[in-house]
Amino acid sequence: MTTIDHPTTSNGAAARPSGLAGIPLLAPDAPAQTKKEFTSDQEVRWCPGCGDYAILAAVQSFLPELGLKRENITFVSGIGCSSRFPYYLDTYGMHSIHGRAPAIATGLATSRPDQNVWVVTGDGDALSIGGNHLIHALRRNVNMTILLFNNEIYGLTKGQYSPTSRVGQVTKSSPLGSVDQPFNPVSLALGAEATFVARTMDSDRKHLTAILRAAAEHRGTSLVEIYQNCPIFNDGAFELIKDRTQQEARIVHLLDGEPVQVGPEDDRKTLVRMPGGRQEFVAADSLPEGAEVVVHDAGAEDPSQAFALSRLNTPEMTHVPMGIFRSVSRPTYDDGVRAQVRAAVDTAGGPATDDDLAALLRGRDTWTVG
Amino acid sequence: MSSKTVQKLDRVVIRFAGDSGDGMQLTGDRFTSETAAMGNDLSTLPNFPAEIRAPQGTLPGVSSFQLHFADHDVLTPGDAPDVLVAMNPAALKANLADVPRGATIIVNTDEFSKRNLAKVGYAESPIDDGSLESFHVHPVPLTSITVDALAAFDGLTRKEKERAKNMFALGLLSWMYTRPTTGTEAFLTKKFGAHPEILEANLAALRAGWNYGETTEDFASSYEIAPAVMPPGTYRNITGNTALAHGLVAAAHQAKLPLVLGSYPITPASDILHALSALKRHDVTTIQAEDEIAGIGIALGASFGGAIGVTTTSGPGVALKSETIGLAVSLELPLIIVDVQRGGPSTGLPTKTEQADLLQAMYGRNGESPVPIVAPSTPADCFDAAFEAVRIATAYRTPVFILSDGYLANGSEPWAVPEVSELPDLQVEFASEPNGVDDKGEPVFHPFLRDPETLARPWAVPGTAGLEHRIGGIEKADVTGNISYDPDNHDKMTRLRAAKVAGIAGIPDVVVEDPSGEARLLVLGWGSTQGPIAAAVRAVRNAGHSVASAHLRHLNPFPANLGEVLRSYDRVVVPEMNLGQLSMLLRAEFLVDVRPHTSVRGLPFSTVDLADVILTHLEELA
Ligand SMILES: Cc1ncc(C[n+]2csc(CCOP(=O)(O)OP(=O)(O)O)c2C)c(N)n1
Ligand code: SF4
Ligand SMILES: [Mg+2]
Repeated sequence: MTTIDHPTTSNGAAARPSGLAGIPLLAPDAPAQTKKEFTSDQEVRWCPGCGDYAILAAVQSFLPELGLKRENITFVSGIGCSSRFPYYLDTYGMHSIHGRAPAIATGLATSRPDQNVWVVTGDGDALSIGGNHLIHALRRNVNMTILLFNNEIYGLTKGQYSPTSRVGQVTKSSPLGSVDQPFNPVSLALGAEATFVARTMDSDRKHLTAILRAAAEHRGTSLVEIYQNCPIFNDGAFELIKDRTQQEARIVHLLDGEPVQVGPEDDRKTLVRMPGGRQEFVAADSLPEGAEVVVHDAGAEDPSQAFALSRLNTPEMTHVPMGIFRSVSRPTYDDGVRAQVRAAVDTAGGPATDDDLAALLRGRDTWTVG
Repeated sequence: MSSKTVQKLDRVVIRFAGDSGDGMQLTGDRFTSETAAMGNDLSTLPNFPAEIRAPQGTLPGVSSFQLHFADHDVLTPGDAPDVLVAMNPAALKANLADVPRGATIIVNTDEFSKRNLAKVGYAESPIDDGSLESFHVHPVPLTSITVDALAAFDGLTRKEKERAKNMFALGLLSWMYTRPTTGTEAFLTKKFGAHPEILEANLAALRAGWNYGETTEDFASSYEIAPAVMPPGTYRNITGNTALAHGLVAAAHQAKLPLVLGSYPITPASDILHALSALKRHDVTTIQAEDEIAGIGIALGASFGGAIGVTTTSGPGVALKSETIGLAVSLELPLIIVDVQRGGPSTGLPTKTEQADLLQAMYGRNGESPVPIVAPSTPADCFDAAFEAVRIATAYRTPVFILSDGYLANGSEPWAVPEVSELPDLQVEFASEPNGVDDKGEPVFHPFLRDPETLARPWAVPGTAGLEHRIGGIEKADVTGNISYDPDNHDKMTRLRAAKVAGIAGIPDVVVEDPSGEARLLVLGWGSTQGPIAAAVRAVRNAGHSVASAHLRHLNPFPANLGEVLRSYDRVVVPEMNLGQLSMLLRAEFLVDVRPHTSVRGLPFSTVDLADVILTHLEELA
């Protein structure tokens, strides 16, 4: 399967600030880290066959690549099966409360620029109870990476429909089928002014790792939707794109700077924009009149095309875009907040001394007795 | 020189009242500053509607500011004004019931039109119909005199000129009470520096008001109030919200840690957010969050990172934060939750005061979730309460509540500014090395290995090599902090968390004041009722009775001697601005049949009413 090699944009002009800038690196002569070092001593307690295992293994294997000291990495999670993630990594970690991880991570990331901050969340955690925090973290663009494990179900509470469950899905709390319109997490993130939005899948280690790399490198909030199978309560939710005989026809690999295509080599289709704006996949050698080939540009300032790509996805999974939808550079909230504090301190001549505090307490209008 | 007489007074209560748009809060603030500069002791009570601009000239739109100042120590903003300045009929009507016979009322006659009178249900003007006979009424056409005084300002519209009438009123009152206006002139210069014409107009209005007092025959004399005798020191006037913000900053300074505030605006707490946002120079980071839950989450995340995390709110916000407070209890991280209480339930009375969040702070969470509570007793005391809350939070790794209220938040009083060199050191030691060994004898870090004395766990901040660890809201095994569902462990951890809070050291014994030494009745209060209670107790004692009084700053845990104190009186009366919340806690904890005296009118207790209550209890005991 094709993977995304690099996150840089097609216009790839100036070097973008790295998401890792400001975080101390391992000494150059330090022995290379291994997956084992990032594995905690806690017994992993997901159900056998759960997609979370594959994601954990991918993350544990990937982290050494960052070249950071373990003490400079923090994972914050909410509540759900997926949110148990931090316990299994030998980094700093907090398993917080349902939906609130982005807020807690915002406080940590803003006050600790030397920390590489990750949020692990589920579809219920991020999009239902924590929806408000998610959209505001994305809009602020706090430097952190959010891994959204989407299994289209509430796993931990044993199988109720979630905000990504499909209409008609039969679950414990929707015995006659859900009548709830689902969110498309990528569309939602793009609408919330996200600067980095990607989708990947638990079972594709290589693709997942490439996306993790790009997400960590991005300075700002990176949202990574990871399709994750829950074999207990929603088995096979993503089977159509996991099944080797079908995936090629369905997965649309987003490759920056290249036409958006789908299908096996001998039956490849290209995405075109028809006059009027409608998108359509057509055979590569039969472009309709006036049609314009869509060339993926993750770095486009205007998120409209990225949004249009996110809409290719339907519950039938006829076409499922995977990869980086959007990756643009925008000043981050935490950098901005710290810059204001630093400027105030510098302008005043350095950190506040006892005399500075005394002046604050006295204010402008004092009088003396005795 | 004026030919008028000057009389000496020992105390005065003035209330400025007008429409929300009349600038009464500003007028009151300025008069307060002038009074503070004179060296009087003072106490203030702003009272304003929740709506920014309720319909003009209506009763709901009335905004007022009361100031009590004296040549001796002032305990409350005063029950009843000696002088009421009423800028319109609504202001007169809304405040008249509080004005005692014989008091002075200055009315702006220009606003007493048929239409304005009708708006508040006056059939006839009370100025003319004899209904104000028992007061000293000064009818002053404030608006038109101001406009006339500004005739030369061609660049200003009539409306703009009218707007300066509050400065005219301030000038008049400043003359009446011989207050210097230099401070106000400097203030106006700063405020309107960019608009020279408006600045000049305001200054002219201020002078015109002064001159009006000096020249019109209507005002026969002016008054002097000698400075109060106060302990030596440098003083400033300060509101509760400012004092609280300064206390947090000072505590962070003494702890040598950054302060991080996560907050969502809400009356009457927003001014703390405003104040702290302006203190970046003191390494203060403020994040205005998307909601209260995010506000406290941000603060907790910062605490995890080694900062002093603070969240500020009022009762409705506390309701939203409850789950995260529970998380902080479970994680055992320092966190400051400031609840500036207002009338409830629900939206309640946003701009009015109440003490009805005590039980919410104490018990408003799932599970056994003990949180220390500190309550300031006066506006200036908000500084010390904030400092004390940070001491407890950092030393015991626990969330701490500060229960202020609307009365303290907006009220002000002179504050003897402390010497920074005399502030306690709050320096914290972060964990820096492993504190245990694993089965193989390798050094490991145990995040829940407690200090045997304080029961506090180590605070190991991200970035510390070798101490990588995970914490969460699931019950943790004692010592290791690993997830544990073991029944005995949960029982143990629950009791440890309770014991840690119950055992907080450094909480002073409650001090009973009983000058005669013969009192059989104790009046016990907490938080902002201290002033009214002390004033009422003083009045009762001055009338020749014995009564003891004591005040609580720590609501959880209570001072160690509290039970003994309660049991040593025949009767204990507990006045509070709720329906008996402290009383309930005291009864439950000490099995003492305390007598609640309660009021939830959105206003502080009146001294006279409280004194009556105390006298009634004394009669029953006799
Ligand atoms: C305040 C609160 N409400 C409800 C719950 C119960 N709860 C725990 S996890 C969860 C849903 C988790 O679903 P998701 O985020 O998709 O995670 P998954 O288990 O599927 O990984 C719910 C409803 C809770 N822990 N806290
Ligand atoms: S319930 Fe589903 S998501 Fe949760 S651990 Fe089991 S398989 Fe994984
Ligand atoms: Mg889920």
